[in-house]
Amino acid sequence: MNKKSASLINFITSQSGQGRIRLIWIIAGITTMIAALPLTAAVLPAERFDALFHYYNGGGITVQGPALQASKQVGSNTLFSAKYYVDSISSASIDVVTSASKYSEKREEQSISATYLRDKSTLSLSYSNSEENDFVAKSTHFNISQDMYGDLTTLYMGYSKGWDNIYKTLKTAGNTNRDPAFAEDADRQKFRLGISQIISKDLVTNLNYELITDKGYLNNPYRTVRFTDGSTLGEIYPNTHSSNAISLSANYHLPYRAALHGSYRFYADSWGINANTFDIGYTHPYRDSWIIGGHYRHYSQNHANFYQDLFDPFAPQNYMARDKELSSFNSQTFGLNLSYNFIQQGWRMLDKGTLNLSIDHMRYDYDNFSDLRSATPSRYGFSANVVQVYMSLWY
Amino acid sequence: MIRTTPLIIGLLLTASGCTLQPWVKPYERARLADPIMSFDRNPISSSYLNHVYEAREGARGADGGQGGGCGCN
Repeated sequence: MNKKSASLINFITSQSGQGRIRLIWIIAGITTMIAALPLTAAVLPAERFDALFHYYNGGGITVQGPALQASKQVGSNTLFSAKYYVDSISSASIDVVTSASKYSEKREEQSISATYLRDKSTLSLSYSNSEENDFVAKSTHFNISQDMYGDLTTLYMGYSKGWDNIYKTLKTAGNTNRDPAFAEDADRQKFRLGISQIISKDLVTNLNYELITDKGYLNNPYRTVRFTDGSTLGEIYPNTHSSNAISLSANYHLPYRAALHGSYRFYADSWGINANTFDIGYTHPYRDSWIIGGHYRHYSQNHANFYQDLFDPFAPQNYMARDKELSSFNSQTFGLNLSYNFIQQGWRMLDKGTLNLSIDHMRYDYDNFSDLRSATPSRYGFSANVVQVYMSLWY
Repeated sequence: MIRTTPLIIGLLLTASGCTLQPWVKPYERARLADPIMSFDRNPISSSYLNHVYEAREGARGADGGQGGGCGCN
């Protein structure tokens, strides 16, 4: 199954020669289909304001901070939105404990977007900027969607381009500064295709495909690989990476007022990683003002073909990694969320307002990544808790 | 043949006058319009959670988000 899917996806998305021509023809075909379809009115997303506080704790890492997002419609067919997001990170993770020292840092992300409704299509353009002391990422995103078949079907396509600058920090006399001798960059591109389809009065599905290609410095500048003789060396990654992901999601309205959710994603990349993600959920309203939900997620992947927990110094390889994200592992998440609608009938300029709490418990178990903190290394694993408290207002 | 198939499908749809009729009528969509049926009821929360996963797992993409930054180590 994996081999067949991977070969089909690779066939469609090859980045050179015949494959590229096929991809162009497929996109041309879909574009022709969009042009040929009966058109119905699309609508802009609702105007809303969200304020969120997030907290993550697990594996020696604590990440917390606020996120704010607001959108405002101008005229009858344009919606502007802006987002501000902060990660305050305090890390004494397994990587840090075994090869570096504990650190704290802050990441800030700002993004702006404009969504435009023209005739029967929705077009959006956005720009995002993310900065931390050793990593700067800028990206632009373009999306187009089209409702058709009497609103039963929505087709969408998207493209993103990103530019990363990677630095390295040095600690000198208690201060953390960028290493002036180290500056690298990487470019990223994303291509998205999707279709949302109403199947019946109770069932709606969503099929998504995304191709991501990276080029440039893709290493982590701090991480090392270790050899059987006890020596270490900085990781060496390929300078290209392309991945394909396809996901199918479905929402089903039960005979009483509640919904079942399910999704599956298959992932394959040029580094040899294949991954499967399953998610199932249930949402249940309680009285008029409460919505209670729960979900379970399972994720598994095999390791990259240049990943090893321990390398042989007498059998050097072109590429070497000991990043646990590239190892073989699985993870499970149990999540609960609670939403209280405190403005049901509208109040002044507000149409609706909700207070929300989400709690997710995660467990990661690694098959071939050793915990080196004890004298007798064992397989590493950790648990983490994620808490989100947020308020949403519609106006 | 593979190259021309999508175009042929598109041309056939054009030629047929797009006679496909919606099989779920607008007045039958009350359940689908219920907020509990949304794929992304709380986008600020789902984009955060996708970021948490993407920073810890090898897989990426096709999750409805568009990402940004790292904050992964």
